[in-house]
Amino acid sequence: MSGNPIDRIATATPAVMAKRVRGLSDRAIAWLFVGPSIVLLLAVNIFPLIWTINLSFTNFRANRLRDAEYIGLRNYERILTDTDTWQSMQATANFLFWTIFFQVLIGFALAYLINKKFKGNDLWTTIIVLPMMLSPAVVGNFWTFLYQPQIGLFNYVVEFFTGIDSSSFSMIGDVSLAPWSIVIVDTWMWTPFVMLICLAGLRSIPDSIYEAAECDRASKWRQFWTLTVPMVLPFLMLAVLFRGIENFKMFDLVVQLTGGGPGSITTLTSIDLKREAFEKWRTGYASAYAVILFVTVFGLASIYVKALNKVKER
Amino acid sequence: MKASKLLMATALTAATFGMAGSASAATDSLTLCWAAWDPANALVELSKDFEAESGTEMSFEFVPWPNFADRMLNELNSNGTLCDLLIGDSQWIGGAAENGNYVKLNDFFDAEGISMDDFIPATVTGYAEWPKGSPNYWALPAYADVVGWTYRKDWFERPELMAEFKGKYGYDLGVPESLEQLKDIAEFFQGREIDGKTVYGAAIYTERGSEGITMGVTNALYNYGFEYGNPENPYAELDGYVNSAGAVAGLEYYKDLYDNGTPPGSSNWYMGENIDAYKSGQVALQMNFAFIWPGVNADPNVGGDRTGYFANPPGPAGQFAQLGGQGISIVANTDNMEGALAYIKWFAQGDVQAKWTEMGGASAMRSVVEAPGFADAQPYNQAFLDSMAIVKDFWAEPSYASLLLPMQSRIHNYVIAGQGTAQEALDGLVEDWVEGFEDEGLR
Repeated sequence: MSGNPIDRIATATPAVMAKRVRGLSDRAIAWLFVGPSIVLLLAVNIFPLIWTINLSFTNFRANRLRDAEYIGLRNYERILTDTDTWQSMQATANFLFWTIFFQVLIGFALAYLINKKFKGNDLWTTIIVLPMMLSPAVVGNFWTFLYQPQIGLFNYVVEFFTGIDSSSFSMIGDVSLAPWSIVIVDTWMWTPFVMLICLAGLRSIPDSIYEAAECDRASKWRQFWTLTVPMVLPFLMLAVLFRGIENFKMFDLVVQLTGGGPGSITTLTSIDLKREAFEKWRTGYASAYAVILFVTVFGLASIYVKALNKVKER
Repeated sequence: MKASKLLMATALTAATFGMAGSASAATDSLTLCWAAWDPANALVELSKDFEAESGTEMSFEFVPWPNFADRMLNELNSNGTLCDLLIGDSQWIGGAAENGNYVKLNDFFDAEGISMDDFIPATVTGYAEWPKGSPNYWALPAYADVVGWTYRKDWFERPELMAEFKGKYGYDLGVPESLEQLKDIAEFFQGREIDGKTVYGAAIYTERGSEGITMGVTNALYNYGFEYGNPENPYAELDGYVNSAGAVAGLEYYKDLYDNGTPPGSSNWYMGENIDAYKSGQVALQMNFAFIWPGVNADPNVGGDRTGYFANPPGPAGQFAQLGGQGISIVANTDNMEGALAYIKWFAQGDVQAKWTEMGGASAMRSVVEAPGFADAQPYNQAFLDSMAIVKDFWAEPSYASLLLPMQSRIHNYVIAGQGTAQEALDGLVEDWVEGFEDEGLR
C-alpha cells in the first residue's frame, strides 16, 4: 500500500463506487451539486413566474369552476388605463422616495454619531435598533393608537411643541397627513437598519486614511466629503436598494395603520394587488398586474445594481 | 367532478334517510368554523348539548372578524377540509352555492320537516337562499343580526341638555324619528363637555379595508332612495338607481354626519372601534350590529338604564337597515356529512333555538322572536324586532367582492377623504359595477 493519504482513501473506497465517481467529469460533479438547487429554483420561482405570465393573458378566476379564456392583452390594457392603478403607483412612488430619503439621512447621521467612541455606545446602538426587531403588524397596530387624536401620544407631542390642538388633526384620517403618517412609521422602524449598514461602512474605513489626511492638514469637513462619504457610498447604495425593494412590496404595516385610506390615498400597489388577487379573485387580472410590477422592479433594480457596481469600481 | 358530485349526493341521501331521526348514530368529530366573537363562545356552550346527545366531539375554528372572510373564503376556494360546518357571511352564499362549496339542503329540510317558513323571512332570503327569491336553500339561518343604534339615555334625560336641545332645534331630545333628527342630535353632542369630559356625537362605520363603510353608508343610502338596480332587472339597469338623486342625497347626508357629528380620528372605524368609543363614554350615539347589544346592556359603565336602543330611523324614501348575520352551511368537502346534517337538524329545533337566544345567540326562528314576552325580555329586543322588519342586504352574487371593494373605495374617497362629489362617487360606482357584471357575463 502506498503511503500517500489520497491513495489510501481511494483504496478504502469500494471498487465499484470508486470507478463510478472516477468516471464523472468535473462538470458532471458540479451539476450533481448544483442540480437540486436549480430544480428547486425552477419549481419555486421560474415555473410560477411563467405560469403567472400565462395566466395574465386570461380571465381566469381561481375561485370559479369555469375554464379560463384567453383574452390577449386586455388585462394589461385595463390596468395601464385604470386611474386607480396609477394612483396607487403614485402613492407607492411617493412612499418609496420619502421613506428612503429620511431613512438615509437620519440613518447616516445616527451611524456617524454612534461611530464616535463614547460611553454607553453599545447600549445606545441596542436601543436604536429595537424598532426594527418588532413585527410590522404590531408596529402598525400600536401606531394607530399613538396617532389617535384624543388619546394618542403623537398628537400630544405635536401639541406640546407647536400649540396645535391635539384633537384638531388626525394623522391617519386626513388626506394630506395620512401619506406622511406611514412615512413616519416606516422611517421610525427601518432607519436603524440603514444605520447599521452605514455603521459597517464607516467602520470599514481604516484609521490610517484619516491619519494621512490629518498629516495633509485636511479639515474635518473636507475629510467628511472626500473620504467618508465616497467610502460609505457603496454601503449607502446597498441600503437604498434593500429598503427600496422592501418598501415596494410594503403591505402589512400600511394595512394595519390606514387600511389603504382615507379613500385610496395610502393604497400602495401591493395592497391593490392583494385585493385584486385574493379578495376580488380576478386571478388573470392580478397576474397581469404582478407581471407589470415585476418588470418595473426588475428593470429599476437592474439599472440600480449597474450604478452600484460602477460606484464600487471607482 | 361528476363522480364526486354523485358521491356527495349519495352520501347526502344516505345520511338524510339513514339517521333514523336521531343524532345518536354519529360518534365522530365535527369542526365548526365561524368568526371569533361573543356569540361564537355562546355557541360552544350550546353545542355541549349536541355533544352529549350525539357523542360527536365538536371542535371550533374561530377567526377574528378582520381576517374572517379572507381565511374562510380561501379555505372554501382551495377545497380545504378544515370545516365541516361553516357559519359564513350572508354575502358568500352566491359564490359558495355556485362554486359547489356548500351542500344544498332542500332535500334534507324536506326529509326532516325543517321549514323555512319557521324563520324570519328576511333571514331566509339573506342567509339561506341562492338565487335570491328562489326556494333553493344552502344554509339554515343561524344568527340574526342587523345594524341599529344605541344611545346614552342618561345624557338624553338630563334636564339642562333637554332644554338646550329643544331651544335649539324646536323638538324634544329623544329617540330620533328621522335620519335628519339623528344628525341634529349628533351635532348637538359634538365637542360638548359632559361631566368634565369632551364627548362627541356618533360613532359610525367608516372602515376602509374590508366592508365597514359600506355596511354603514347603506343605512343612509337605502332610506334616501338608493336601489341596487332596477328591481325587475338589477344587472342591466344600474344607472338611475345606484346614482339616483335620492342616493346622492343619502351619501351627502352620511358625509355631513361624518364631518359634523363624529369623533376626530374616526376615519377607519368599524364594530370594535365603535364599541370602544361608546363604552368609554366618548359618544352619545353608536351605529353597530345588534350583536353588541347584550354586551352594552351588561357593561358596568354604560349598561342598564344608561343606554337605549332604536332601529335605524327613516329617511325621505322609507325606513331600512343593513342586514347582518349568518346562516350555517355544510361544507361540501366534509368527511362527516352524516354528523354535519345531524348538527343542523339538532340546531333547527325550537327548544335549541330558544336556548341559543338565552345564551347570547340571536335566533332567527319565528317561534322564538315572536313568543309572548320576547319583546320585553331584554331592553333591546323591541329594537331588534323593529330592525329585523326593515332589513336590506348588499349583493350576494358570486362576484360580491368585486362589487364590494369598489364601493368601499368610492364611498371612502368621498366621505372620508373628501374627494369629488357624491354624484361623481356614485356615477363611478355604477361604472365599476357595470364592469363587474360584464366580467361575469351578466350584462
